[in-house]
Amino acid sequence: MTIVNAVVQGIFLGAFYAVLACGLSIMFGVMRVINLAHGDIAVLGAYVVFVIVQSTGMSPLVAFVVALPVMILLGYVLQLTVLERSLKSGILTPLLATFGLSIVIQNLLLISFSPDVRSLGGNAGAITTSSWQVTGGLSVSALGMVILVMAVLLFGALQLFLSSTRAGWMMRATAEDADAAELVGIDSRGVYARATALAVAIAALGGLFLAIRSVFDPVSGPTQLIFAFEAVVIGGMGSLWGTLLGGLALGVAQTLGAHINPEYSALTGHLLFLAVLIVRFGGGRLSLRMAR
Amino acid sequence: MTLLRVEELDCRYGLLQAVRGVSFELAQGETLALIGANGAGKSTLLRAIAGAHRPHGGRVLFDGVDVTSMPAHRRVSLGIALVPEGRRLFPSLTVEENLRVAAARRGRWNVQSVLEVFPLLQPRRHMAAANLSGGEQQAVAIGRALMSNPRLLLLDEVSLGLAPIVVDAVYRSLADIIKEGTTVLLVEQDLTRALNVAGRVICMLEGRIVLEGEAASLDRDRVVGAYFGLKQPA
Ligand SMILES: Nc1ncnc2c1ncn2[C@@H]1O[C@H](COP(=O)(O)OP(=O)(O)OP(=O)(O)O)[C@@H](O)[C@H]1O
Ligand SMILES: [Mg+2]
Repeated sequence: MTIVNAVVQGIFLGAFYAVLACGLSIMFGVMRVINLAHGDIAVLGAYVVFVIVQSTGMSPLVAFVVALPVMILLGYVLQLTVLERSLKSGILTPLLATFGLSIVIQNLLLISFSPDVRSLGGNAGAITTSSWQVTGGLSVSALGMVILVMAVLLFGALQLFLSSTRAGWMMRATAEDADAAELVGIDSRGVYARATALAVAIAALGGLFLAIRSVFDPVSGPTQLIFAFEAVVIGGMGSLWGTLLGGLALGVAQTLGAHINPEYSALTGHLLFLAVLIVRFGGGRLSLRMAR
Repeated sequence: MTLLRVEELDCRYGLLQAVRGVSFELAQGETLALIGANGAGKSTLLRAIAGAHRPHGGRVLFDGVDVTSMPAHRRVSLGIALVPEGRRLFPSLTVEENLRVAAARRGRWNVQSVLEVFPLLQPRRHMAAANLSGGEQQAVAIGRALMSNPRLLLLDEVSLGLAPIVVDAVYRSLADIIKEGTTVLLVEQDLTRALNVAGRVICMLEGRIVLEGEAASLDRDRVVGAYFGLKQPA
């Protein structure tokens, strides 16, 4: 595998991470909530698609469209029943609540689907198997391209929504100052519920990609959460384009690590994440300590 | 006709009682100035009327409807708008987006008519609110409140931190708005301005109303005495 190929594969992988991270970024940006159940919600989405594919035999992409309303509804219910209450009681409570939710989802999935490892790769047809051999050392997979294009479209659409629609302005206004937003007639509860519904729906898309490009089981969520979280932090928390770039950077770091030694894949990603953390947040604290 | 009726309102922050048993009425079309020293509870009272602060006791009635437990955004659709202390614009939104996001009720006010009343905003229309000067931000804050076509406009220290010449401009625009028949309740630190623009004045001290009367009939010394909580000579 050449370096160029490693970078290209890293971009494809990174596009997947960016989609996973997108919902996490939205919830953090709008509500300042770090949803620790985000990875498990993505996996739950994968299972919902899996069930639809199993029972109807449709293609996973079509099944995802069918699953979408279910996930959106789930997002609303999650916000109105769990998150909204926890948001009122400080910053620790939402963390605890979503941590609990994560465990609940994992156990429900274990009970319903057994610990078996699943994949939708075999059901997705030609896109999982086709690829173009560009040069000797560089091959471009159809699935990688599909995920990259969908990631760019997703982030582009979100950007357009936030910058040019009234609903998007309402979301930004609420994110910046929920109290003032209420005072100009914006239903902040409704905005929060919509943001969570959006985040859950996009998490499910991440789950779909996970299920097609590799395998998943009831406890896959936390790993996905870590990658998503790293992408969000690398990209600068709460910034949408930053999250896309953060995902791509994480993906490239991982494939470059794997290029050196396959065992280094996750490690180089974590190192990039730590480096960004130290540069961005560590510097100030370090100097504070030294000043003391 | 009574537009706003506040009955025995009590507002607290934990143990601190910021508003204590305040009652007053505001008639349609009236302009009332609320004055008082720092910490008297003026902002808290306004926020409780707008729905941004849940009162501990008492009632707020707007046009005969008890709105005491109604969330702020629903009061906006009934016709209550607050220009909050400190302006509180949405910094990343442009001037026009700040205005359009607040368009809750139809009526005389829209982006066009707001820009006509505040012509200084015209060239800033597509600029992020964070990059405006203080006077421009205050104009956007008032314009944003007008965008909901309020029947009751609550203004909290709109002149704070502005150069006198800018304050004059803001008050000239306000005079136009008042002439249109909007009912206004404003908090103003500048006594002369308050007595000029308002028909009636309420003075608060430590959460209570200590003086209330027609602006024309109040003499300055009595107001100043009430303001600082001085004992009136018999
Ligand atoms: N968010 C808050 N938390 C705790 N106490 C508060 C809060 N806001 C106001 N207070 C207290 O409530 C009292 C009334 O405050 P308020 O802001 O209503 O006064 P004000 O008359 O508007 O004063 P100013 O002229 O300084 O704006 C003050 O003692 C203040 O310290
Ligand atoms: Mg105040």
